[in-house]
Amino acid sequence: MNTDMTTFDERAERRWANGKTSWRSVDLGSVEVIPPGEGRTFVVQQTEIAVFRQRDGQLFAVDNHCPHRGGPLADGIVGGGTVICPLHARKFDLATGRCQGEEMPLRTYLVRVVNHRILLELP
Amino acid sequence: MTREQRERLVVIGNGMAGTRVVEEILQRDVHRFAITMFGAEPYGNYNRILLSNVLNGSQRSEEIFLNPLNWYSKKGIQLHAGVKALYIDRQRRVVVGQPMRTTAAAYGLDGCEQTAPRCEAPYDKVIIATGSRPFVPPIEGKEKTGVFQFRTIDDCDQIAAYAAQCRTAVVIGGGLLGLEAARGLLTHGVEVTVLEALPQLMAAQLDAEAAALLKEAMEQMGVQVLLEKVSTHIFGDGRVSGLQFADGSSFATDMVVISAGIRPIVEIATDSGLTVEKGIVCDDQMRTSDPNIFSVGECVQHRGVLYGLVDPIWEQAATLAEVITDRNPDAAYTGSKLATKLKVMGVQLASMGATKAMHPDDEVVVYREPSRGVYKKLVIRENTLIGAILLGETDTAGVLTQMFTLESALPERRADLLFGSSSGAPILSVFDLPDHAQICNCNGVSKGCIKEAIQVGKCKSVTQLGAHTKAGTGCGSCKSLMLQLLEVYAGEVVEDPSEHYYVPGMPLTKPELIAAIRAFSLKSVSAVFLTLANGKEDPGSKAGLASLLKSLWPHEYEDERDARFINDRVHANIQRDGTFSVIPRIYGGVTSAAELKKIAEVAEKYQAKMVKFTGGQRIDLLGFKKADLPAIWQELGMPSGHAYTKAFRTCKSCVGTDFCRYGLGDSIALSQKIERRFQGVESPHKMKLATAGCPRNCSEAYVKDLGAVAIEGGQWELYIGGAAGGSVRKGDLLCTVNTHEEVLTMMGRFMQYYRENGKYLERTYGFVERLGIDTLRDVLVRDTEGICARLDEEIAAAVAAYKDPWAEATAPVTAGQFSAPVEVQVREREAVHA
Repeated sequence: MNTDMTTFDERAERRWANGKTSWRSVDLGSVEVIPPGEGRTFVVQQTEIAVFRQRDGQLFAVDNHCPHRGGPLADGIVGGGTVICPLHARKFDLATGRCQGEEMPLRTYLVRVVNHRILLELP
Repeated sequence: MTREQRERLVVIGNGMAGTRVVEEILQRDVHRFAITMFGAEPYGNYNRILLSNVLNGSQRSEEIFLNPLNWYSKKGIQLHAGVKALYIDRQRRVVVGQPMRTTAAAYGLDGCEQTAPRCEAPYDKVIIATGSRPFVPPIEGKEKTGVFQFRTIDDCDQIAAYAAQCRTAVVIGGGLLGLEAARGLLTHGVEVTVLEALPQLMAAQLDAEAAALLKEAMEQMGVQVLLEKVSTHIFGDGRVSGLQFADGSSFATDMVVISAGIRPIVEIATDSGLTVEKGIVCDDQMRTSDPNIFSVGECVQHRGVLYGLVDPIWEQAATLAEVITDRNPDAAYTGSKLATKLKVMGVQLASMGATKAMHPDDEVVVYREPSRGVYKKLVIRENTLIGAILLGETDTAGVLTQMFTLESALPERRADLLFGSSSGAPILSVFDLPDHAQICNCNGVSKGCIKEAIQVGKCKSVTQLGAHTKAGTGCGSCKSLMLQLLEVYAGEVVEDPSEHYYVPGMPLTKPELIAAIRAFSLKSVSAVFLTLANGKEDPGSKAGLASLLKSLWPHEYEDERDARFINDRVHANIQRDGTFSVIPRIYGGVTSAAELKKIAEVAEKYQAKMVKFTGGQRIDLLGFKKADLPAIWQELGMPSGHAYTKAFRTCKSCVGTDFCRYGLGDSIALSQKIERRFQGVESPHKMKLATAGCPRNCSEAYVKDLGAVAIEGGQWELYIGGAAGGSVRKGDLLCTVNTHEEVLTMMGRFMQYYRENGKYLERTYGFVERLGIDTLRDVLVRDTEGICARLDEEIAAAVAAYKDPWAEATAPVTAGQFSAPVEVQVREREAVHA
């Protein structure tokens, strides 16, 4: 992690901030709470969200429940912007939430690192 | 498009051919045609092939319907059921029909209610699919009560009803249909005699020798067969009482079923001025002499040939659908080769093409086994199969049919064609499976689905099939079946290079990958991605790479936990609800009261959802939360049973010489030694072991990855490559040794060789089959490569490196390794960039 802002997609930020001056965000704690290349589960307003920290520094956040059979995605193997569900190996694109095949896409969240802390933005 | 705007298609005939062609058309283009169908029978379409089952009572008539009446309305088809199409007015372009009398046979020459109003259906295109009617030989008295034909559901009902009041019945005709009718009649409690005019049964499909065997088989089942009997006269006073033959003899009977072949129904074509010879003459596009009128099925004469079997008719229907929907106006039906697989009277029988040599150079292969009623014959010309008969045993019928229709070159060893290849012949069983048979049991993929992916989706490799259908992407044990399906239906299997990659995300075989890893001294999974894949990580390759690196660099491997599957991060097995199961190690499956108490306490305290004995003689505590795992392990005070990882799992045993009166060797002590030595040793896939105190094999050692079986004389046999999971295989005998210590040495040697040479996720049964037991004996027992000492050293090092992973309970390796989901609070905040 060289700079805290490298993980944030500026386009996404502009799109997201368009016309808004404030939004709800959640401080998930120090970036070190997620070991490199792994995911951890956070519960935000009764919803389980899986947050991943790739070895290249990119962060992703998606719903923790695999739409196939409810597998805990935070326990999956991550890399190259995808996660593999630990139960039946469904593969999800972490940026779009899409899965090869017919399943419903996963819900995705904006997440970034600011001042070494993980911030999850809520719509 | 409304029905009125569509092209009008009239289909004459509502049997298997007519309905099939409509289905084929709808599959290609639902909106193209407004379809009207005429059917002389008052029903929907049923499977005429199964009529004999209706007659013999094994199926009810409602079970054989393919398209019930509501199918037509659902598809928007106007069906004139019970209405016979009389003629096609080609000037006015209408088909004219008239209702049938309810008592008339659907295939009768007349049978229309003459006073009923006629109906007309205007058309742009017509398909004639009138099929055929039974052929009735010129016999006097055939109108008598008690004489039946065998063609429709109504015929079946009438035959069954009449048979109830009869003691004897005669079937005229010793062909396929006649024999099936005879089978059906037997179940109605009558004595049945089959009369055949020719000197043998089933003259079209069998040679004289097979026919004689068939006759014998039939007679054993209670059907009398009389050959060379030409019936001239049915006598009786109103009701049948007997038959007169041309040779002057006679035969008493209460009823007669005539089943002497079929003739195409062509009157409508003749009456409408179309070209008719033996059948309605059609070209390769199934077009009659009128370009707007097509024909399909048993009524068709194509290139001089009439077909009475279902397969050619399906092919005709598919071609016609391509043409008439303009999907492919040049699609051509070029004729079929006839192969039949018949089940007559419970006799296994398959026949195709020529029944005997027809050319001096034809090669004939015959096998006879009279005591079992088995007869097999091949007729071969220029190394292709031009005919075959299999009687009594039809295991190879599937592959023979395939070779016959494809005219493929035959194996040099002809016996393989009669008995299956000497290497076992799974290809036959795959081919013989019905389309609905499930091939991939993990993802529920049927043979038909795979076939379609091959034939329509143009899949040419197991990988492509997997991407297309998901087949083979679960446990993978169906991949060999998929390969066989590819061989059968694609004719070729394209070697997908990715099938040889060690991991999917890196285009390198195992040796290539190892060479690259060594060349660059890559010690971690992330280093491999950085150096060999431009930093692009593939999550599907991480665990495989981790396994390989660990075996390549036992001491220097940089263990990155994110490369591990969750089970290996938390040393427990993830369950369907995201909880984990815990299986403590119980050496040799021998526990104690004190240990059981401890286990019980932990199970209670942490609310195990289930406590169960495993197949490997262990105790499984199911349904624990990840966060509780460290405390559970500590309180158990037992080491990990490794029941979650690709490694040595367990060694089961029987009670051996300690208690069993048959015991020949101390299987318990051996299994405990094995387990203490090899616990935690990682491998390409899991290894499950067993020791058996005698060859009775109570502990199933013969079907384990490694199994030791005590034999008389104080010796141990060592089996490798056994399996009793999704695949079942008896292990191969590697060697016989004298002591426990030797068993341990040989087991370790094999394990190390498997660790080094097995593909990732290749079980020992695949590994042993791939290399062959002879090679393995050479390398591991005779030491032909001189590597045994090194293998023994390497496995000793792996054994010495054993650390109980459950020790991480007190020293987690990564942040939050066992953490529960973290609850966080939401607060308002300002935008960072406005």
